[in-house]
Amino acid sequence: MSRDVKAGRLSPEKIAQNYADLHPLLSGHEAAVESARCLFCFDAPCTEACPTGIDIPGFIRKINSGNVRGAAVTILDSNIMGATCANVCPVEELCEQVCVKNTAEHRPVSIGRLQRYATDHLFEIGGQPFERAEPSGKRVAVVGAGPAGLSCAHRLAMRGHEVVVFEAREKSGGLNEYGLAAYKMTDDRAAREVEFILGIGGIEVRNRKALGVDFSLKELRREYDAVFIGMGHNAVNHLDMDHEDDPGAHNAVDKIAAIRQQDLNDIPVGRRVVVIGGGNTAIDIAVQIKKLGAEFVTMVYRRGFAEMGATDFEQEVAQTNGVLLKTWATPERILVDDEGVTGVRFEYTQNDDRGHLVGTGETFDLPADQVFKAIGQHFDENPLEADDCPDMDRGRILVDENRRTSLDGVWAGGDCVAGADLTVVAVQDGKLAAESIHRYLTDGAAHG
Amino acid sequence: MADLSCNIAGVRSPNPFWLASAPPTDKQYNVERAFEAGWGGVVWKTLGEPGPPIVNVCSRYGSVDYNGTRMMGLNNIELITDRPLEVNLAEITAVKKAWPDRAMVVSLMVPCNEKAWKDILKAVEQTGCDGVELNFGCPHGMSERGMGSAVGQVPEYIQDVTGWCKQHSDLPVFVKLTPNITDIRYPARAANAGGADAVSLINTINSITSVNLDSFSPEPSVGGKGAHGGYCGPAVKPIALSMVSEIARDPETAGLPISGIGGISNWRDAAEFIALGCGSVQVCTAAMHYGFKIIDDLVDGLNNWMDDKGHANLEAFRGKAVPNVTNWNELDLNYKTIASIDHDKCIECGLCHITCEDTSHQAIGRRKDENGKRWYEVIEDECVGCNLCYLVCPVEDCITMVEVDNGKPYMNWGDHPNNPMRN
Repeated sequence: MSRDVKAGRLSPEKIAQNYADLHPLLSGHEAAVESARCLFCFDAPCTEACPTGIDIPGFIRKINSGNVRGAAVTILDSNIMGATCANVCPVEELCEQVCVKNTAEHRPVSIGRLQRYATDHLFEIGGQPFERAEPSGKRVAVVGAGPAGLSCAHRLAMRGHEVVVFEAREKSGGLNEYGLAAYKMTDDRAAREVEFILGIGGIEVRNRKALGVDFSLKELRREYDAVFIGMGHNAVNHLDMDHEDDPGAHNAVDKIAAIRQQDLNDIPVGRRVVVIGGGNTAIDIAVQIKKLGAEFVTMVYRRGFAEMGATDFEQEVAQTNGVLLKTWATPERILVDDEGVTGVRFEYTQNDDRGHLVGTGETFDLPADQVFKAIGQHFDENPLEADDCPDMDRGRILVDENRRTSLDGVWAGGDCVAGADLTVVAVQDGKLAAESIHRYLTDGAAHG
Repeated sequence: MADLSCNIAGVRSPNPFWLASAPPTDKQYNVERAFEAGWGGVVWKTLGEPGPPIVNVCSRYGSVDYNGTRMMGLNNIELITDRPLEVNLAEITAVKKAWPDRAMVVSLMVPCNEKAWKDILKAVEQTGCDGVELNFGCPHGMSERGMGSAVGQVPEYIQDVTGWCKQHSDLPVFVKLTPNITDIRYPARAANAGGADAVSLINTINSITSVNLDSFSPEPSVGGKGAHGGYCGPAVKPIALSMVSEIARDPETAGLPISGIGGISNWRDAAEFIALGCGSVQVCTAAMHYGFKIIDDLVDGLNNWMDDKGHANLEAFRGKAVPNVTNWNELDLNYKTIASIDHDKCIECGLCHITCEDTSHQAIGRRKDENGKRWYEVIEDECVGCNLCYLVCPVEDCITMVEVDNGKPYMNWGDHPNNPMRN
């Protein structure tokens, strides 16, 4: 049986329409009406829920008064990647979930969309609102030009330090550039944001430079006054079963990156597609494949809807785009023929009396032209093995509340340390680390 | 960054945003919180004579809500400070010492005799304050005792009291004017004649916010009864702007420094008052609605706007709108605009049509096209350019008023053939 996989299942017009912005920019009138709904709460729950602590009522009031540039600066002062976060933050589980208007009017203020209104305005009018302090003469190395690394670099540059960022990939931006769904990050938003961040000056990015290949942590510690590691997840989880690398079986993150980097009309997709996983990455790949014209897309998760990593909103996006969400089933084996993958056999699952997930022994087969694995990613410490290696904890770099590692002069943040794997959390890690590094460099205090 | 520093009648502050004399400025605790938040100055809540302080009622405030938005207008029946004079004086002294760069103006109201004013001025001068504001505006309670607006409504009294204050003190004297009069220029001229260094306006407007239709008590209600109170908040801003402009362009008072008050809620409101000639602006209701933190956007928003427009400091745009306020008689009767509807933006609500049809000039026709889309069309020959359709249209930039070059020269009523009094 030959697998039915091809590009251009839909017309370019239809694909462009499918990939239109998930959260389109508000008009001026919409922004005025929506901002007027904000009560300007004191000790605002939304601000408390934001990992970067953005003064949300403050920026919304500025939008309402027509001080839109000021609103953007308020946002970026706490979260330099506020523009990306406006589009990709799971606001339904953060700021908007706790908005007092949920109680008052059963509908939160659209904080995410107002944040986008403000930050888009600033990028439109241009200019860098942040200034650098007097040069400190100190140099800091940052490993990884993702949200954590760039956030750290920008704050360090503001404090007057010189920063060199080492990035393994061709482009900077990390998951903002390679890892988010294209209908959330339209056009060249990620690249423009990187350009804006670097616009402060004092930050040199060296692309295609990988830790463990082109340089070592030892060298960085010798040559720089401090080091920040923001390498993110650098490896994907495997099913540990036969044929998972056969033709037709893919890692979701690779395909998501390809969709972001290539012409959408050139991306081959199967007629029948199976996605294994229950997180937002699984949703991102399932929805994007469906939007490219796959006929049957089934996302299979081993537990129930409530246990899914994907938020309710993301589940709804998948469902309204025609993705079938199948719960309580776990892959048993990948089905193949001479040409590659033909489907996946799943075993039904349930929780036993002690709440442990167990198979029921019954199975079903899902035929598939393409299978995507989205069962998580992890931090692989291999690049550090023959090097200075900080203490690890459950597979991630161990850090304290200031994001200091066990190695003197080395900080870490983002997905390579513990915490929610969100852009906004990575930005906060980078910011806190930068402030700690700044104290360390200026006070000479060993515990910054 | 623009320079927001302000100097009005010799009173300096780092920005033009002062808290008006009112509950937010009644105590050291409040005022220090305001200064910590970044306010440029305060007018301390009105002090009265030594002796037993006045007594306030319960309740004190009433609100006019508008379509779900709270406090479009606010009314109060609170009197001057109800704390002992010596406590206020000690706190003013302490605050001014701790915050020397902020404007500290003290509001005063004592009976209408020279000795009372001389005595209070001597006491107040000891605090190190930057100026005094004579409360000739309070429209309730105190006016019935011959003070507040009872003085402010009689220009001769204003002139006399202002004169006494100038005679017995070197402090800059701000005269706070009541809007509860027919022509604001008369009390302003009196203040000017008495030697006032500045005027502050507007004080609150006589008002009853509502009537409770169950109890038939006016609001705010004090045990089922109510008295008229002073109205303020966003609703009064247009009245205040007009009164400010009258003083700014009156030949007798032109150049007299003005501290603008009346519904200032955001930096745009403030910029408008300054454009009409105000040197500083005073805020109360917005702070009482949201707390002192609103100063962030007041300062940041004004700063960003000034940077955008290239105004380096407040003087660069202060009074810029004054020459554009004229008498009706001087308006160009040949100036012509007509409405234009952008049909791509039209959401088919029909308000432009029905308001013009029922209440104006029948200049917007309606029809349906072949797809059933409602289609509203300006009948250009009938359109008088009144703005009504443009004002009721709920869609941004859907209806615009387009200037028409009719080739006719400027002509005002004085020259118009229809004018029987024509020169």
